[in-house]
Amino acid sequence: MPKETHGLSLDGQGKPLWLSLELTYRCPLKCTWCNNPLDFEDYAAKELSTEEWKQVLRDARAIGALQLGFTGGEPLQRADLEELVAHADGLGFYTNLITSGIGLSEERLLALKAAGLKQIQLSLQSTRPGLTDALVGARAHAHKLEAARLIKAHGFPMVLNMPVFRHNIELIGEMIEWAAGLGVEYIEFANIQYYNWALMNRDELMPTLEQVREAERVVNEWRAKLGKAMTIYFVIPDYYEGRPKACMNGWGAIHLTIAPDGVAMPCQEARVIPGLAFESVRDRPLGWIWHESPLFRKYRGLDWLPEPCGSCAEKEKDFGGCRCQAFLLTGDAANTDPACSRSPHHHLVQQAVAGVAAPLRFRKPLVKRAAGAVSTAFMED
Amino acid sequence: MDALPLPADARPRLSPHYVFRWEESQSAFILLYPEGLIKLNASAGAVLARCDGARTLATIIAELQASFPAQGAEIADGVRAFVDLACDKGWLRAA
Repeated sequence: MPKETHGLSLDGQGKPLWLSLELTYRCPLKCTWCNNPLDFEDYAAKELSTEEWKQVLRDARAIGALQLGFTGGEPLQRADLEELVAHADGLGFYTNLITSGIGLSEERLLALKAAGLKQIQLSLQSTRPGLTDALVGARAHAHKLEAARLIKAHGFPMVLNMPVFRHNIELIGEMIEWAAGLGVEYIEFANIQYYNWALMNRDELMPTLEQVREAERVVNEWRAKLGKAMTIYFVIPDYYEGRPKACMNGWGAIHLTIAPDGVAMPCQEARVIPGLAFESVRDRPLGWIWHESPLFRKYRGLDWLPEPCGSCAEKEKDFGGCRCQAFLLTGDAANTDPACSRSPHHHLVQQAVAGVAAPLRFRKPLVKRAAGAVSTAFMED
Repeated sequence: MDALPLPADARPRLSPHYVFRWEESQSAFILLYPEGLIKLNASAGAVLARCDGARTLATIIAELQASFPAQGAEIADGVRAFVDLACDKGWLRAA
């Protein structure tokens, strides 16, 4: 996920400490802010096999990976999830499951626990059944609440993840109150990042600046009230702050993501950048891809940085921001992230924020993530 | 907030859901927990390895002083400071 590692600037000493496995892009939900590729359905036939994923786990461990997230899509769509968790646990990974909760039966939860799963991150979009169901495009709210109850009943630590946008941002206080009642240890308000489906729906999903400020106030109020009982993360909405995020702690620094088809990426969005030579673990050793491949070396470190980043005092803090966002908004991934107030393209972000504040009589409908919802046939690589 | 120093008879132990172990690739002790990991220096590792919920803080200090007799007072202060920090960060709980 293109987010900061919670304020912790971690020097991986060249090792991919954080490994994300996108086991599949299949998912029963249709979230309009999904960060999976627009042509997600093309990946189903190309997914790595169980044995191929196990090889990835061994190879990643050999180059120093420690934290492991099973994600997707919905990783529970893979019947071999338990087997992969057990393999990863045996190798010494700290295993995290990142799930919508759909498909998380008590039977599977027990099997995952037996396999050594350490932590579950569950997404929940609102505290109101009708709204959640409308947002994710399925009858999901009741399943998610049941999943939350089961996760706590079986003693897992839980990160409750609420993707935040215009339609639910005012429910943050209600969500914290509900989570506190359930005994949730960590709650993460992930102001959504605008890539893929979310970028397509950006103008309809973006909250207003007033909504963001109010959300921050509510979060701080609850932090003071709950103290150590709950850790509340509030992922910075970079469009509003004038500062770019320290995306992935830098390109190819500590994060390694493997797509369903085995392609290794510095982050889950990197494939939106054209002209990069992506390599699959089916064709190349993972160690070579991480250490040597042109893709991972392209924006690694600070030497490649353009101006104004190169001479900026904050370059070691934010690494010039996000490459994917730089490409999507300016057309060149090597530009300074336009979320930075010093970027010559910062007006693009300011215009998007200003557009939210302007009252529109008609808005376009949200495009749901669904097979065939859009055609990517005429998009250039 | 419980920022008070831990009493000498407290028995600190690792918080639930934290994994503490030696990691060969880092040549260091590490702490793993939901959404995070921390690499510990040698002295922090030596302290955490003894925070098992059975040893008291006084015992932990005495054991480490026995291992490094030349630095007795320094060790006592260092261990107390680290254990308080680790409690504050939520890595340790006093049993």
